[in-house]
Amino acid sequence: MEERTPLASTPWLDPDARPFVRIEGLSKHFGDFKAVDAIDLDIYRAELFSILGASGSGKTTLLRMLAGLEAPTSGRIEIDGVDVTDAPPYERPLNIMFQSYALFPHMTVEQNVAYGLKKDRTPGPEIQRRVAEILDLVQLSSHARAKPSQISGGQSQRVALARALIKQPKVLLLDEPLAALDKKLREHTQFELVNIQDQLGVTFVVVTHDQEEAMTLSTRIAVMNEGRFTQIGTPNEIYEHPCNRFTADFVGKINLFEATVIGGGDAEVTLRCEALDCTITLPHAAPLAAGAAVSLAVRPEKIFLAKEPPRETDRTVLRGVVLDLGYFGGLSLYRIETGNGTVIEVSAQNRQRDARGPEWDDEVYLSWDASNTILLGE
Amino acid sequence: MSPEAAAERPRRRADPQAWLRRALALPYGWLLLFLLGPFLIVLKISLADPIVAQPPYTPLFEVAEDGARRLAASLDNYRFVLSDRLYLYTYLNSLKLAAISTLLCLLVGYPMAYGIARAHPARRNLLLMLVVLPFWISFLLRVYAWMGLLGTNGTINELLLWAGVINAPLKLLYTDTAVFLGMVYSYLPFMILPLYANLERLDPDLLEAAADLGSRPRQVFRDVTLPLSFPGVVAGCLLVFIPAMGEFVIPTLLGGPESLMIGRVLFEEFFANRDWPVAGADAVLLLAILLVPIGLFQYFEARREDET
Ligand SMILES: Nc1ncnc2c1ncn2[C@@H]1O[C@H](COP(=O)(O)OP(=O)(O)OP(=O)(O)O)[C@@H](O)[C@H]1O
Ligand SMILES: [Mg+2]
Repeated sequence: MEERTPLASTPWLDPDARPFVRIEGLSKHFGDFKAVDAIDLDIYRAELFSILGASGSGKTTLLRMLAGLEAPTSGRIEIDGVDVTDAPPYERPLNIMFQSYALFPHMTVEQNVAYGLKKDRTPGPEIQRRVAEILDLVQLSSHARAKPSQISGGQSQRVALARALIKQPKVLLLDEPLAALDKKLREHTQFELVNIQDQLGVTFVVVTHDQEEAMTLSTRIAVMNEGRFTQIGTPNEIYEHPCNRFTADFVGKINLFEATVIGGGDAEVTLRCEALDCTITLPHAAPLAAGAAVSLAVRPEKIFLAKEPPRETDRTVLRGVVLDLGYFGGLSLYRIETGNGTVIEVSAQNRQRDARGPEWDDEVYLSWDASNTILLGE
Repeated sequence: MSPEAAAERPRRRADPQAWLRRALALPYGWLLLFLLGPFLIVLKISLADPIVAQPPYTPLFEVAEDGARRLAASLDNYRFVLSDRLYLYTYLNSLKLAAISTLLCLLVGYPMAYGIARAHPARRNLLLMLVVLPFWISFLLRVYAWMGLLGTNGTINELLLWAGVINAPLKLLYTDTAVFLGMVYSYLPFMILPLYANLERLDPDLLEAAADLGSRPRQVFRDVTLPLSFPGVVAGCLLVFIPAMGEFVIPTLLGGPESLMIGRVLFEEFFANRDWPVAGADAVLLLAILLVPIGLFQYFEARREDET
């Protein structure tokens, strides 16, 4: 096998690193509708890059343009230094795994997997060796002679993966690779996918609308909305440091509150939040004009829930009653209504087997550290 | 549970099997009445001897002088049909005509079906309508129309003479070419419709997957489209081949006197010679020949069902 360079730890922070896949101003219009709208993106070698977005946000369209199955309206695609914008699919050094798997129903598992190599006129013995090798990797050797209709969904998914991987593409595109699997199998397969990607060092671009999947799999995530990226970053950056309302709201659960800037200095800003009925001062680098409308955001698990008021005084503290609660085993989710009618979601871990948490209509105190408050511009 | 209740139970529960049986009774009844019944009558006639009477064949059971009934069936008609060179030639000729017509229909119909299946969804229904549009006019009229077009003083010759392409009219009518033209024209929809139904269901992802794995459009067609459309090809070929084998009108009206077809011979035996028994034997043999491709089709279908 070709020598693969492993992923440099954080190439996207290195200004000298050469991107492996370079997308510049890529657009796809269907009539007046902009399915993909002037996207720029750099993906580095051996990354496992996820594109996360709601249904209809243009994820598949973007992937299809990368694969050459859809002609871009404008823009440029470069892979490993070669411009492939106008190359037909059969000449691109990448393979795609379809949302529907698209296994050839008239061929056996083995023939499906071997198909790509046959088209390359690889000699017979080598085809046999590599097919056996990859079927072993995806643990399907015992089903080599089965037809696609005779194997399960999870197995089909692995056949599709093997078929797309066998040509050792420079980039593997995966469109919702795990969508058809049940939760348990999905979690298991996620790790398999990461393992395989690790072993082969192929650059993966994964499209998904499953946040957990994106979080666990990826080196970086691009959040997509209406044909544009709202944010690109590591899973941690996306979750803990969203830079706009859409990303914050789309990824994970979050409490969002309107606030107005009332003052501040060079490194901090003071805000008035009517919903929380309080004035907050937060560190903030860029100065904000007084009167500007902003949003405050707090993740439910960052909020501490107690029946007594907290002793620390540097925290944001609110009082409310339990409106609703949901028990999820490992954690419980509460909806708390404060005095002025604002509803806040809080999640609490159930650390003790028999501990009794707050119940419906109990009076409770909410508090969180100021550093957990996210300040969002528009 | 009381005995009455127990007795009532089976009646209350709707038995889906019963409905299925009732629903199936309809097609089976239909086939029994209009296919098996007439077939048995033809079979009976084919075993009799021709006589000058009404009906023109001997009864299956002879009534002897003592009043006893005796079976009077003979295979003489079959022996005659099978040993006669002319009949053998007729069968082979029909086979050839049907096979070539089927092949021509496939060659013309496949690209058309493919084109319709790949057309924009809003366009497909219109195109399909155009394919079946000729059915709105009687089949016989359309064949007569071809006679008008192909004749010595027909439209095509007139047009070519007028344009100066030819000096003397071409012999178009009463040729094999005219027969094939008529056959392809008449039976093309039977090829296109099942092929379209098959190709339209073909998952476009499969074609894209093949392209992504390195296949050029031609290879995609050979590796994916063609093998997956095989059931449609078989269905279309059968739908053309079977009626083409017994076709009577087209060879009679458009073909030359030497184009002897089973259908034509059947007609002659039946109406001109009034030899119903030989005509019956002819018909039964034709059916036997047609059972071969139908059996093959069933076999392929069953094997495919097994696989999926
Ligand atoms: N061939 C097409 N013609 C017209 N509109 C299209 C076409 N393909 C996609 N679209 C539109 O482009 C938008 C983006 O589609 P796309 O399939 O990329 O979404 P997606 O993000 O993959 O969604 P999902 O998560 O549901 O798969 C959709 O609104 C869709 O209706
Ligand atoms: Mg999609």
